Amino acid sequence: MSQATELRIDDIAPPAPGYWATAMRKLRRDGAAMTALTTLIVIILLCAAAPLYARDIAHTNPFESNLSGTVLRHGKMVEVLGAAHNPLRLGVEPIGPSWKLGPYMLGADGQGRDVAARMLYGGRNSLLVSFAAAVICLVLAALTGILAGFFGGWTDRAISWLLDALWAFPVFLLAISLSVVLIAHGIDIGPIRLDASSLALPITIIGVIYVPYVARPVRGLVLGLRQSEYVLAAIGIGAPSWRILWFDILPNVISSLVVFAPLIVALDMLTEAALSFLSIGVQPPAASWGTIIHNGESLIYTRPIVAIAPGLAIVITVLALNILGDGLRDALDPRAKLRN
Amino acid sequence: MAGTVLRRLAHMIAVLFGISVLVFLIFFATPGANPAARIAGKDASPQTIARVEKQFGLNRPLPVQYALMMKKLFVTRNLTSFVNLGEKVVPQVFKAAPVTLSLVSGAAVIWIGFAILIGALAAAFRGGWIDRLLMVLSLIGISMPVFWVGTMANLITQGAYHHTWLFSWVPPLGYIPFSRSPLGWFKALVIPWITLAILYIGLYARVLRAALIETMQEDFIRTARAKGLSERQVLLRHALRCSLVSVVTLFGLDFGVLVGGGALLTEVVFGLQGVGYLTYQALETLDLPMIMATVIYASVFVVVSNAAVDIVYAAFDPRMRVRR
Amino acid sequence: MSAVGLLSVRDLAVAFRTRDGVARAVDGVSFDVAEREILGIVGESGSGKSLTVLAILDLIGDPNAIVSGSIRFRGAELVGQSPDVLRRLRGGAIAMIFQDPMTALTPVHTIGAQIMEQIRIHTGLSRHGARARAVELLDAVGLPDPARAAGRYPQELSGGQRQRAVIAMALSCNPALLLADEPTTALDVTVQAQILDLIRRLRDDFGSAVILITHNLGVVAETADRVAVMYSGRIIETASTAALFADPRHPYTWGLLGSMPELGGARRARLATIPGLPPALDRRPKGCAFAPRCGFARAECAVRPPLIGEAGHRAACIIPAAERAGARDQALAA
Repeated sequence: MSQATELRIDDIAPPAPGYWATAMRKLRRDGAAMTALTTLIVIILLCAAAPLYARDIAHTNPFESNLSGTVLRHGKMVEVLGAAHNPLRLGVEPIGPSWKLGPYMLGADGQGRDVAARMLYGGRNSLLVSFAAAVICLVLAALTGILAGFFGGWTDRAISWLLDALWAFPVFLLAISLSVVLIAHGIDIGPIRLDASSLALPITIIGVIYVPYVARPVRGLVLGLRQSEYVLAAIGIGAPSWRILWFDILPNVISSLVVFAPLIVALDMLTEAALSFLSIGVQPPAASWGTIIHNGESLIYTRPIVAIAPGLAIVITVLALNILGDGLRDALDPRAKLRN
Repeated sequence: MAGTVLRRLAHMIAVLFGISVLVFLIFFATPGANPAARIAGKDASPQTIARVEKQFGLNRPLPVQYALMMKKLFVTRNLTSFVNLGEKVVPQVFKAAPVTLSLVSGAAVIWIGFAILIGALAAAFRGGWIDRLLMVLSLIGISMPVFWVGTMANLITQGAYHHTWLFSWVPPLGYIPFSRSPLGWFKALVIPWITLAILYIGLYARVLRAALIETMQEDFIRTARAKGLSERQVLLRHALRCSLVSVVTLFGLDFGVLVGGGALLTEVVFGLQGVGYLTYQALETLDLPMIMATVIYASVFVVVSNAAVDIVYAAFDPRMRVRR
Repeated sequence: MSAVGLLSVRDLAVAFRTRDGVARAVDGVSFDVAEREILGIVGESGSGKSLTVLAILDLIGDPNAIVSGSIRFRGAELVGQSPDVLRRLRGGAIAMIFQDPMTALTPVHTIGAQIMEQIRIHTGLSRHGARARAVELLDAVGLPDPARAAGRYPQELSGGQRQRAVIAMALSCNPALLLADEPTTALDVTVQAQILDLIRRLRDDFGSAVILITHNLGVVAETADRVAVMYSGRIIETASTAALFADPRHPYTWGLLGSMPELGGARRARLATIPGLPPALDRRPKGCAFAPRCGFARAECAVRPPLIGEAGHRAACIIPAAERAGARDQALAA
């Protein structure tokens, strides 16, 4: 209460024993975070079951157009792509949702494909891209951040300059530039060959662009730890660098990365959706929630569900990720801030 | 102060150089494909490819190529599109800029206003149901893809409910210049403004709330209470003013990015022919010179506005002045 | 004691709800402050001295704190009083200065603006009038070039200057009572003396009574008329400053005196320390809280001792008057 300056040892110190156990207990008590986690698991399981749904419930192949097919509705056969309702009967109108488990539960898209089945398949790609990109991002960020923060000097200066330049580069334009250049021809550097239509392309691009977002705070953290008394003490007693990195630095960095992880997955998912919406993300015939919204845009006034449903899926998933991220931050590291 | 400005300018130039090199490398030196064919566009004739090679000196060393590109962009400004043959790219960027500026400035006014309101309310009622409700709404705000929100806004205001009294005033999609009709300009932009602002309202309200709560723990807040100020006065006069700094920093970053093309999705969804829309059109035809120009100009804008904000920031916050 | 009571505190308790129950940080504190009197409250960190003073203006600001007992200011009860009434008292009749002048002023407003703000809340003075008064006050507390200082931001002043500004702000509405929470702890020694001198002068120039909180008996010796020594949330000895230094009665007070370096006194090999640590709030012994650390503890100490002695000098210790002098010499010699 009345000490002039309170020494805050706990500000910078290695996670105490039982740190993770305490954090997990806190997290388990956080109702919102647990609900979010459950929601995420359900979404992942549903998307994983996409082939089952397509085969056993929708009875369609969601990657084949079905321009002249018919389907049983209210006891009679109806065309999947019926004539439009406008006075001139111009164009076609895909069949609407039945709201019942079965073929065309959410109706058809402009090519007569089952929207519900495509949603599940699209979700697989959206999730795969955002999780894989997040892994790439976190690994690269940890490497660069630790290198720069721990070794300092020229290593730090070079990495920081690169991160600063990437940072000042509008991240979205960076994504667009990379995608445009790479989508046309893919990557072909000696042993590494990425086909233009491969998912690896958006994964790599999205993974790379957010590296500065995480690497900068990691660098700051490592720099602080490097100058903290207990690391100086470890150096003083002659502990080798790898030992300090492994036992003193890494545990702290990992706890930050765990806090950032859901937020980065969320960012990646929104970015994937945006790129796919601009048709430079996931390439047809593969689908993602972003590409389905893109398909749905042209049907927005006739069959809005085609655009609404994948959008809702994104909102729910990203919201769950953000809530989980908040919970993890509260449980692990209340001071962690992304983007600083 | 002069030292701060100079240091900031030097930093700015270094970053701009970095970005231009990065863009150059992305477009000219990505391994695996012939840049000439790529720049010339889809299904270009051999003559066009030959012309590209000559114009950009693609057979010459990379630094020369870089210099040539910079010259075309900033000195002669005669970079031409190879898709829409002969069309000069740089003037188009300048023509589109006012649209983007209108969109982003209006949205910025909305998001700053609402973010301060929501952040301050949430902090004042910390832990209560108002706080929880506002924070859930903010979280939903930052979880929605902006292009989807725009599409939904169009669905409601242009589609199903366009003919009800609520939305009958909404003009068809597109931009109306302020000089032609100020009211039309306003009407055409209101929905895009709100759409673009939602994400940032959520983001800023959360940041401001956290900053306010942190500031409310400070000693000077207790002093302010001991002076006989009411809680409202303490929050508004002492805490808010200090917490706004965190928002100002973010704002510099975000405003620059948006004007530089970050508002692309909003522009596309609402058919506003701004800088982002230009990029989008170029994307559809794979018109690389156009994309290059917009990206480079965008980053110039971002970096310059960041530097400007930093300098304004030093003037705005007396704490910064002494520390440097 | 003085005839005119300004502030009268009876059985004040401040408790905190914690996960393991209720911890009483201030436990049955009673004292009086007369008009123009300087009362020193001495104790170590965590003794509850700051909380006692914060409780007077309801400034503890922790939703888990419960204040009970009675605090009467000019006869009017403050405990449980409406926020509005308390708010009008704060900075008006009762002003407060805090420990660390570095952080006690809002960094984004000028000194002058912060003083003017307080003046304008409590008086009907115009902007202009308030500004003139602010400059006058800064002059009175000895800030050089007060008109210019008023236009400066806190971080543009030195620590001593800031504390002067804080004091000027506290004095702006002629408070009858000034609560000073370790006003010199964060300052350099030479500046400390100047600030204490300033506080002592307040009573003459502004007619304020002062409650001075400190962990430093030297500060008390120089400044206060009367002293209350606190230990583990309780007052364990209270006397006039002269009486306390001449005839300290509680072993804890002896410990404090023994740990005080004496200027000009005989040089001791090392300063005495009090063995052990104060008890945790929720593990305070039933009887005398100091007993576990006391070299003279006996069986009777298991019962909480009342404050005993004559009107002007009381101590919460059962050591009989006859044995006291011997025990004290033994303690101070150790």
